[in-house]
Amino acid sequence: MSFLSVQNIKHSYFTKSTAVAALSDISLEVKEGEFVSFLGPSGCGKTTLLSIISGLIEPTEGRVLLEGQPISLADAKIGYMLQQDYLFPWKTIEENILLGLKLSKRLTEQSKSASLNLLRQIGLIGVETQLPKQLSGGMRQRVALVRTLATEPKLLMLDEPFSALDYQTKLKLEDLISATLKQFNKTAILVTHDISEAISMSDRVLLFSPGPGRLHKVFDIPDVIKNLTPFEARNHELFPEIFQTIWKELESFETFKK
Amino acid sequence: MKPSKNNADLLHKQYVHSLKREKRKVRLYQLLIFLLFFTSWEFSSKMKAIDPLLFSSPSKIIDLLFSKLHDGTLMENLSVTLIETIVGFILGTLLGTLLAAILWWSPMVSKVLDPYLVILNAMPKVALGPILIVGLGPGYASIISMGVIISIIITTIVVYTAFREVDSNFLKVLRIFGASRFQCFWEAILPASFPTIISTLKVNVGLSWVGVIVGEFLVSSKGLGYMITYGFQVFDFTLVWLALLVIAVFATVMYQIVAFIERKIVKE
Repeated sequence: MSFLSVQNIKHSYFTKSTAVAALSDISLEVKEGEFVSFLGPSGCGKTTLLSIISGLIEPTEGRVLLEGQPISLADAKIGYMLQQDYLFPWKTIEENILLGLKLSKRLTEQSKSASLNLLRQIGLIGVETQLPKQLSGGMRQRVALVRTLATEPKLLMLDEPFSALDYQTKLKLEDLISATLKQFNKTAILVTHDISEAISMSDRVLLFSPGPGRLHKVFDIPDVIKNLTPFEARNHELFPEIFQTIWKELESFETFKK
Repeated sequence: MKPSKNNADLLHKQYVHSLKREKRKVRLYQLLIFLLFFTSWEFSSKMKAIDPLLFSSPSKIIDLLFSKLHDGTLMENLSVTLIETIVGFILGTLLGTLLAAILWWSPMVSKVLDPYLVILNAMPKVALGPILIVGLGPGYASIISMGVIISIIITTIVVYTAFREVDSNFLKVLRIFGASRFQCFWEAILPASFPTIISTLKVNVGLSWVGVIVGEFLVSSKGLGYMITYGFQVFDFTLVWLALLVIAVFATVMYQIVAFIERKIVKE
C-alpha cells in the first residue's frame, strides 16, 4: 500500500452551455517522504488535480486514498501553500501561524511553543507580534510555510508558492523549503510551470499535457541531483540535459496542437 | 557629501513649511466663508433684504439658544433626539449586518430574497411612518424604528456585497485547516469586511437623522424634530433655525466620531 494513491481521477467543469473535461483518467502513487512535482503548461489541470487530492474539490470520478483512507478535509491531514502567502492581514504573525491549531482545537502550550520554535528555526526572530504587512514578501511566504507546517500535515501541497516572489528570494526560499521538508521527512507535491524549479526541488517530475489534462510522462531525477540543494542542483552538469529532455516533451504538445 | 545633505534638509524644511502655509490658507478661507455667511445673514435680515419672519437672524437665534439652554428645554429635546438617533443607527447597522450574514450563510435564501431586497431598497421608507406609529404607538419605539428601517436595507446590501468580495483564497486556507462555515465567517469574512461595515456606519449616521427627524415630525411631543414642527405651527422660525443648526452641529460631531473610529480600525 502506497502513502498516497490517486486512482482513475476524471473531472469535468460544467457551465450552462458546456461540460469541459479538465482531467481524464489520472492515476498515480506517491511514497512517504517523496517530493513530487506536477509540471505542465497552463490549462493542463494541475491545480485542479491538487485541489482534488487535498479534498477541496470532489472529482467527477475516481478516488484519492491517503494511507489507505479516503481523503477528507475534516481530518486536516493536508497542508496547502498558495501562490501568495494569504496571511490574514488583521492577525499578528503569531495568530496567523497558530490559526490551524486553533481551528482544529489542537492548540496546547506544547503545540504553541513548537510552532513558535519553528518560526525561529526558519530565521524569523522577533516578528511574533508584528502584522503581515510589516514583513517582506519572502518573509511572509516563510511565515505561510510555518503556518502550514504547524498543524503537522501528512502531505504538503505547494501550489506555485514561489511565483509571486522576485528571483533571488525565490531561489533562497526553494533551498529553505527543500531543507525544512527533508528535515521533517514530509511528503510534498509541488505544482509549477517552471521546469528548473521542478527539476531542482523534486525526486520525480510528473509532466501533464493539456486538453483534457492527462499524465504525459514521468521523469525520475537521478540521485546525484536529488541529494543536492535546489540551488546546487541548478548548477550541476547533468541539469541542462534533464532540462532539455523535459523541454522537448513540452515542445511536442505545441506541435501536436498545430 | 555634507553640503548636499544640508541642501536636502533645507529643501525638506521648505516643503514642510509650504504645506503648513497652504493649510493655514485653507483654514483662513473656511473661516472667512463662515463669517461672511453669518454676517450677511444678520445684515440682510436687519435691512429686510430677506424676510426676517422666515429667515430670522443669527442674533435672534443665539438669544433663543441661551434662553432655551437656560430653561432646559433645548437639552431635553436634544438628548431625546440624540438617543433615538444613536440607538437607531447602531441597531440599523447591527441588524443590517446580521441580515447580510444570513444571506451569505445560505446562497439559496439570498437568491430567493434578491427581488424583495431590491423593492425594499427602492421604496421610500419614510412612507412607512404612519403605519409604524399606529403599530408601535407614538413614542420612542416607533421613532427608533424609523431610524432603523431607513438604514437597514442599504446596510444589508452593501455589507453582503462586501462579504462576497472577500478573496476566496482566504477561505481555501481555512477550509484546508478543516474550518466550519461559521469559523470561515468569523475568522475571514467578518474581519475582512470591517472597513466596509464602518463606512456604512458613516452613511447610516446621516440616514438615521433623517428617519428620526421625520418620525418626530409625525408624532412626538419631544425632540428636535418636534421643535421644528412646533416652530412651524406657531410661525416661530427662529426656533426652526435653532433646531436646524443644532442638528447640523451634532450630526457633524457624530459623523466625525465614526470617522475617527474608522481611522483607528483601518490603521490596524
